[in-house]
Amino acid sequence: MSRGMIEVEALTKRYGKTQALAGVGFAVPAGTLLGLLGPNGAGKTTAVRVLTTLVLPDSGRATVAGIDVVRHPYQVRRYIGVAAQDATLDRLLTGRQNLILVGELSGLGRQLARARATELLEQFELTSAADRVVNGYSGGMRRRLDVAASLVARPPVLFLDEPTTGLDPASRQRVWETVRQLLAEGVTVLLTTQYLEEADALADRIVVIDSGRVVADDTPRELKEASRSARLEVVLATASPEAASAVAPLVSGPVQVSDDGRRLRAGVDPVPGLATSIVRALDRAGIAVDNVEVRRPSLDDVFFALTGGHLGAGISGEPGSTAGPAREGARS
Amino acid sequence: MTTATAAPPIGAAPSREPGTGVARGVHDVWAMTRRNLVHISREPTQLSDVTIQPVIFTALFVYIFGGGIPVPHGTYRDYVLAGMLSLNLVTSTMGTGVGLSSDLHEGIIDRFRALPMWRASVLVGRSLADLTTFFVCALIVGVTGLVVGWRPDAGLRPMVGGFALVLFFAYSLTWIAMCVGLNSKSPESAASVGFIVLFPLAFVSNAMIPTQHMPGWLRAVADWNPVSAVTAGARQLWRNPNPSATINAWPMQHPVLAGLAWSALILAVAAPLAAWLFRRRTTE
Repeated sequence: MSRGMIEVEALTKRYGKTQALAGVGFAVPAGTLLGLLGPNGAGKTTAVRVLTTLVLPDSGRATVAGIDVVRHPYQVRRYIGVAAQDATLDRLLTGRQNLILVGELSGLGRQLARARATELLEQFELTSAADRVVNGYSGGMRRRLDVAASLVARPPVLFLDEPTTGLDPASRQRVWETVRQLLAEGVTVLLTTQYLEEADALADRIVVIDSGRVVADDTPRELKEASRSARLEVVLATASPEAASAVAPLVSGPVQVSDDGRRLRAGVDPVPGLATSIVRALDRAGIAVDNVEVRRPSLDDVFFALTGGHLGAGISGEPGSTAGPAREGARS
Repeated sequence: MTTATAAPPIGAAPSREPGTGVARGVHDVWAMTRRNLVHISREPTQLSDVTIQPVIFTALFVYIFGGGIPVPHGTYRDYVLAGMLSLNLVTSTMGTGVGLSSDLHEGIIDRFRALPMWRASVLVGRSLADLTTFFVCALIVGVTGLVVGWRPDAGLRPMVGGFALVLFFAYSLTWIAMCVGLNSKSPESAASVGFIVLFPLAFVSNAMIPTQHMPGWLRAVADWNPVSAVTAGARQLWRNPNPSATINAWPMQHPVLAGLAWSALILAVAAPLAAWLFRRRTTE
């Protein structure tokens, strides 16, 4: 394994009955961005909390800038900036006071902390709200201020835990721009997200985790290869055992049938007129159709393609994610 | 790897030099103290326990109990003022525990924990910010006292000394209050535990009534209560009536020394305990 600015090996962490991390490992080379993807509860935030010295792992090893996060947490804190998932701001201070406080507690002098606060407020378009109390900020404004707070001390390693959740598209674009600029300056970034698009736009490498395990470690290009095909979803008027074989010639890969037998799912090549062909095929078999949908690949489909399981959220009527054997990409 | 060194402003340079020791601690404490003072200024209603309460308590005790409680060699209002200072300051320390407890439920604590700061500055900063409100409380008690007829008979230094004695004691209590806050699941439970601890502490003492009238066992407790020591100490320094001076318990014979000793002892035990509880509470 190449030496990375962030290195994680066989990390485990259990909270009561929940195995939040079940042996996670990855590395982030200096000056690159790793996108950590996964559904809610996959262990993304726990991994970030271990790396940012907030949580002690049960076993395994994690280093930031070559420093062990368990043995030398204080040293690690000197290198990192964190924008956590739950905005970690002081609700009773103004935006400016928050940034100055973070600056001072990061070791900047008062003058420098003030100057840096002004700079960041401008960069994140919060200048007009700078002297208002954070309690009155919108969700998006808090999110932006939180990202700004992570940059106050110009840390060489940045942890952004779902930094654009709840942001409007324009704000999201601006956060992306900021992240790209930081990468150009040599900052190493670990970004967690539920948006494939976001990881695609920014990441040099993507690690997908589910149920505390790494299920994929690839470049975005390879990941998209794995989920290039579209997804077909058919809802039948009544369950029919012949339905799966009727659509099988038109799809790529196996047809998944839901427990009640009314819902079919499969990967397809999105050729023109596909929906019509599907309906015709089912009609010939004497099966009535309620709904046909051909969707572009989503993050869910990436999981589907990679693991044979699914994201859990958004899909009902199927058993919990029992991912098949993990398909691991070329790991360095 | 080359990119990391190619960027002068960021590179792999840490954001802060370590090991500047005391100076760094002072810097962090000062930042945290100011943060807590801003909090107080944002929610001035929380200040009622050091602004309105002292006025009400002092007036109530002087006018309602004043006539019914005989004080040898003086008037009840001259006697009770030191007690009012103790009562108000002791009960205000509850706010420190409640405030810390609510802090622990805010996301900002996670931000602090990931910063290269002296962690205990969260505690020290809070205790110092609350100490400034205690000064306000002491001032209001003193002014209210003068208005209702309290007359100390001492020079400037013993005057200041009396206030300082009680303030130092209240400061030491903020650390017990923080221990309570750190052990509480919610600010509400911190408040109720605070009531259970602080009210008996303030009432089973010579603050409001001479202990001579209490039943024997309660009187022994009251005479060794640190609140009695600091209150009697202030009375002695202000040359106000101090009936406890005739009691043959060591703290009542040497109230100033006893008050200082109690406060130092509480601080020596509660401050490390609070730091330990804070570390335990913020470790996952």
